[in-house]
Amino acid sequence: MRYHTPDSFEDASAIAAAASGTTRFLAGGTDVLVQLRSDLVEPDDLIDVKHIPGVKDIAQTADGGWRIGAAVSGAEMMAHAGLRAAWPGVVEATDLIGSTQIQTRCTMVGNLCNGSPAADSVPALVAAGATATIVGPNGTREAAVEDIPTGPGRLSLAKGEVVSALNLPAGHGGDAYLRFIPRTEMDIAVVGCGVSLARDGDVITSARVSLGAVAPTVLLVADAATALIGSRLEEAPLAQLAAAASAACNPIDDKRGTIKFRTHVAGVLAQRAAKIAYDRAGA
Amino acid sequence: MIQVSTTINGDEHQFVCDPRETLLDVLRDRLGLTGAKEGCGTGDCGACTVEIGGRPVCSCLMLGAEAEGKEITTVEGIADGEDLHPLQVNFIKHAALQCGICTPGILVATKALLEENPNPTETEVRYWLAGNLCRCTGYDKIIRAVMETAAEMRENA
Ligand SMILES: Cc1cc2nc3c(=O)[nH]c(=O)nc-3n(C[C@H](O)[C@H](O)[C@H](O)COP(=O)(O)OP(=O)(O)OC[C@H]3O[C@@H](n4cnc5c(N)ncnc54)[C@H](O)[C@@H]3O)c2cc1C
Ligand code: FES
Ligand code: FES
Repeated sequence: MRYHTPDSFEDASAIAAAASGTTRFLAGGTDVLVQLRSDLVEPDDLIDVKHIPGVKDIAQTADGGWRIGAAVSGAEMMAHAGLRAAWPGVVEATDLIGSTQIQTRCTMVGNLCNGSPAADSVPALVAAGATATIVGPNGTREAAVEDIPTGPGRLSLAKGEVVSALNLPAGHGGDAYLRFIPRTEMDIAVVGCGVSLARDGDVITSARVSLGAVAPTVLLVADAATALIGSRLEEAPLAQLAAAASAACNPIDDKRGTIKFRTHVAGVLAQRAAKIAYDRAGA
Repeated sequence: MIQVSTTINGDEHQFVCDPRETLLDVLRDRLGLTGAKEGCGTGDCGACTVEIGGRPVCSCLMLGAEAEGKEITTVEGIADGEDLHPLQVNFIKHAALQCGICTPGILVATKALLEENPNPTETEVRYWLAGNLCRCTGYDKIIRAVMETAAEMRENA
């Protein structure tokens, strides 16, 4: 295994583009190291992005949005009062990843690019309308977060492409992420749900609803958002929301959650997350 | 092989390691610092916890190569010479350990907690330690030792 410490994303991309074997990028290493140590994946080239200037920055952009560097850890997001106030759902979703020790190291970009359908920060990012900035051999592009995973462990990133930052928009209302796990800490989501919405007075004017761990990729559920828009979160739209969320599910069946259970819980979590996001949007 | 310079418990160290070696491997096998333990090697148990930049890290999930330029504290560095850290004193007093495999990691993790939050609630201590597994004590004595240490350290501050 060759260990690289490039000092620009262009160099990181060039190393990955030129590599012929298995390549991994190293952010917090909480997936890469587990896979390395359990002999699942031993990269031929491991490209550590943490020496690139700016990768630890959380910055507010001119239009009020946020740019979060590729190596910003969960603990650093929790310590950032401005980001927490603007996007509490995204920050809380990331905070659910692992333990205190894991929080010191884990990143949203690693969570996204590991490609797990149960990744906790991803539904929150999708609900938020986040985009990824991607540096590749042909220059820099931006992609919606929901367009990046294509299946368990599979991404739409081309060879040589590396995510340099995640971008959150400005001026939204409120967001929330909830997951169901059989324990209180340190477990993988059986269902996860992110909701982001904006209000005009009591009426919801825009919404995005996302589900994790109920399909091969994290889902953006348009019908669930449609149920919310124009409503004041009365009983009927909440019921429609739950029905749309459950209808979108195509989950696995295992000892941690049957298909029936996951499908039902998706609806319940969508309602609960919508209520939290609604209150936050009105605050 | 990769050459790395780092500071551990205040002392400068230089070592050479294979890129696949974890920081835990380096501490134990190359530097003779066997305080940090390998319980799982996959980030679940916390027995390998060391402190970097005021935060606990699983040294089994970090490469030795990543230690370049870092300041690391291991359990060997938390006593002041012969004077035990108040956490160590209270772990002994409360019998907060049996086999002791989890203890170095728990001491390092709780030391970082008390530096960040000198007045944690019991719930905060339990959540902070969610990534430190103990198969022996049932946790209660650990929590009592931590709560008493926090109170003592506040009085003496
Ligand atoms: C004990 C434990 C508990 C965990 N609990 C949870 C949990 O509750 N919820 C959850 O969702 N996850 C959990 N995880 C999984 C893991 O911690 C997360 O997925 C984490 O966010 C990964 O981030 P990282 O920075 O450590 O990624 P890394 O391990 O550094 O990288 C992960 C993947 O992303 C790729 N990558 C990294 N950076 C880039 C980049 N800039 N561009 C392109 N690709 C990149 C790498 O090539 C690799 O494939 C847990 C892991 C452990 C060990
Ligand atoms: S050995 Fe590192 S967490 Fe268990
Ligand atoms: S004392 Fe044995 S594992 Fe904690």
